Amino acid sequence: MEFLLQLTLNGVVIGSIYALVALGFVIIYKSSSILNFAQGEFLMLGAYVCVSIVGAYHVPLWAAFLLTLAFFAVLGILMERLLLRPMIGEPVISVIMLTLGLASILKAIVQGIWGTETIAYPTIFPSAPVMIGPLPVSQGYLFSVASVGVLLVLFSAFFKYTRAGIAMRATAFSQQVALSMGVSVQHIFALAWSIAAVVSAVGGVLLGGIRGGVDGAFAFFGLKVVPVVILGGLDSVLGAIVGGLIMGILENLAGGYLDPIFGGGVKEVAPFIALVAILSLKPYGLFGKVKIERV
Amino acid sequence: MNCGQFRETYREDMAIFETNFARGLLALFLVALAAAPAFLSFFWMDVLNRILIAVIAATGLNILTGFTGQISLGNAAFLAVGAYSTAFFAGRLGLPFLLVIPMSGLMTALVGMVFGVPSLRLKGLYLAVATLAAHFVIEFTASHWDGVTGGVNGISVPPAKLGGLELSGDRRLFYLVLPLTVLMLFFAKNLFRTKTGKAFVAIRDQDISAEVMGVNVFKYKLLSFGVSSFYVGVAGSLVAYHANIISPENFPITVAIDQLGMIIIGGLGSILGSIFGAVFITLLPEVLRVGTGALGDTFPKLIDLFAPLKQGVFGLAIVLFLLFEPDGMAARWHSIRNYWKLYPFSY
Repeated sequence: MEFLLQLTLNGVVIGSIYALVALGFVIIYKSSSILNFAQGEFLMLGAYVCVSIVGAYHVPLWAAFLLTLAFFAVLGILMERLLLRPMIGEPVISVIMLTLGLASILKAIVQGIWGTETIAYPTIFPSAPVMIGPLPVSQGYLFSVASVGVLLVLFSAFFKYTRAGIAMRATAFSQQVALSMGVSVQHIFALAWSIAAVVSAVGGVLLGGIRGGVDGAFAFFGLKVVPVVILGGLDSVLGAIVGGLIMGILENLAGGYLDPIFGGGVKEVAPFIALVAILSLKPYGLFGKVKIERV
Repeated sequence: MNCGQFRETYREDMAIFETNFARGLLALFLVALAAAPAFLSFFWMDVLNRILIAVIAATGLNILTGFTGQISLGNAAFLAVGAYSTAFFAGRLGLPFLLVIPMSGLMTALVGMVFGVPSLRLKGLYLAVATLAAHFVIEFTASHWDGVTGGVNGISVPPAKLGGLELSGDRRLFYLVLPLTVLMLFFAKNLFRTKTGKAFVAIRDQDISAEVMGVNVFKYKLLSFGVSSFYVGVAGSLVAYHANIISPENFPITVAIDQLGMIIIGGLGSILGSIFGAVFITLLPEVLRVGTGALGDTFPKLIDLFAPLKQGVFGLAIVLFLLFEPDGMAARWHSIRNYWKLYPFSY
């Protein structure tokens, strides 16, 4: 029983990071119908940038964190302006390949600057665990779950009440209509990329804090999140969060109970097996908008 | 060069070679290529073999993605299926390569068609995601089905034998790879002159109108998955013969991305493009290696930067091609050729 609880807890924690990255995915997909395969690289870059700002300028962590977010806000806008905007109207394969190419470039930049060694993270969270019932829980875990909750509320409010959020929803609904109502679709795209980059950077820093270091494996999160967004529905913010938590728990349970039987590796493949099942049963996910088209 | 050449029949219009001159030029090129082992070093023979294998795989992917419009991120896994089939048929059953290669192709075609079934319901992004899942599932199978695949330690493949002659080493293997590549390219080129090929293109351009015009979309999508995977399986079989030992590490997801890069850079929906792309992407790291090696004495840091440099240049090439020449090298080639066709009186 304790083993089960521990696995579930680990799942919730890693799932909350998935949810953050998935949130970035969904925001980009919602506004511009692009599946960004470079999301994992954003996460990795975010973790590296934050730790090297701390290392180079000896500023407190919160300042470095804010600087990182500012950097990513600008980076997201630049990406959209320079790379993605010329791709409007191109076939899906071209856009997918563009994000894969971008992922390759980002990985190369990270490897060129920081090498392949793990870089240690400054301690963000106090190491003393908190007791929840019978289980000791590290404070970093709690913090990351809490911050995901806060972001969820923030984004729900953003999409519901702010002008920009409503404009984004309008753009997602129909670009033509949004344009004719005076929404600048280009600004919306830039905003979406900026938000997605910032959210990923938050995920990267949190993950760095939880793991105590950052390395190239962070980029793999970008692929791991694909089953999450499909489960939740590609265009649903709530779906990203719920999907992230479910996938995190599923992968940890599968890893914990099945790895001894198969000899390792189940944890990595379980989300993808689930993905096949979701695609054949409910391709638009739990909360996604169903688009019916018959051939 | 071919002024005054007019096409008077449909037959002439459909011909693969416009003139006898082109035919002669290609024959000359093939003869030169066949003589290459006499001149090239071991290193470049290895590269040449890898290029030809990549040409077959890229052509297969182009049939599926470029001509039929079905995005596949599962190509590395299909390559692995072909390679492991070869290891099984040649190693376990001891069959000759003349049987092993087509059988590996058919095996892969079967697996490809199984993963092609969802393509009727799933389109675009969703299909890409489904094939991504296929990749990880097959990779997991390859590293855990120890009895057949040898697990993570890999499995060895006996060399192909022609009579008493072992086709081991790059020089000898080359004479197996080259004819096979030429054969498969000709088949692909001809495929798109037939009803089947035209049906593929119709599905790519608009699947609903293809259905309305009497193309059985499901049948031809499956067929496209089958033909494409057959090509990839044959390439995988050659990878196995070339590498001698195969393990799951030979087929990471980056191989699938590389191959997508090949057809993007070469040109989607063009057989010539698959060739250009495969040559470009396979040569890129080798040229970089030679380049960094030469400059390594002056800038010793460059050697350490080789791996990121390779990856960065690859990504940059894809992004630049997509932004500035989305139709790939094949389109550039055609525009250059058309310019010289009527030179200097191009009007």
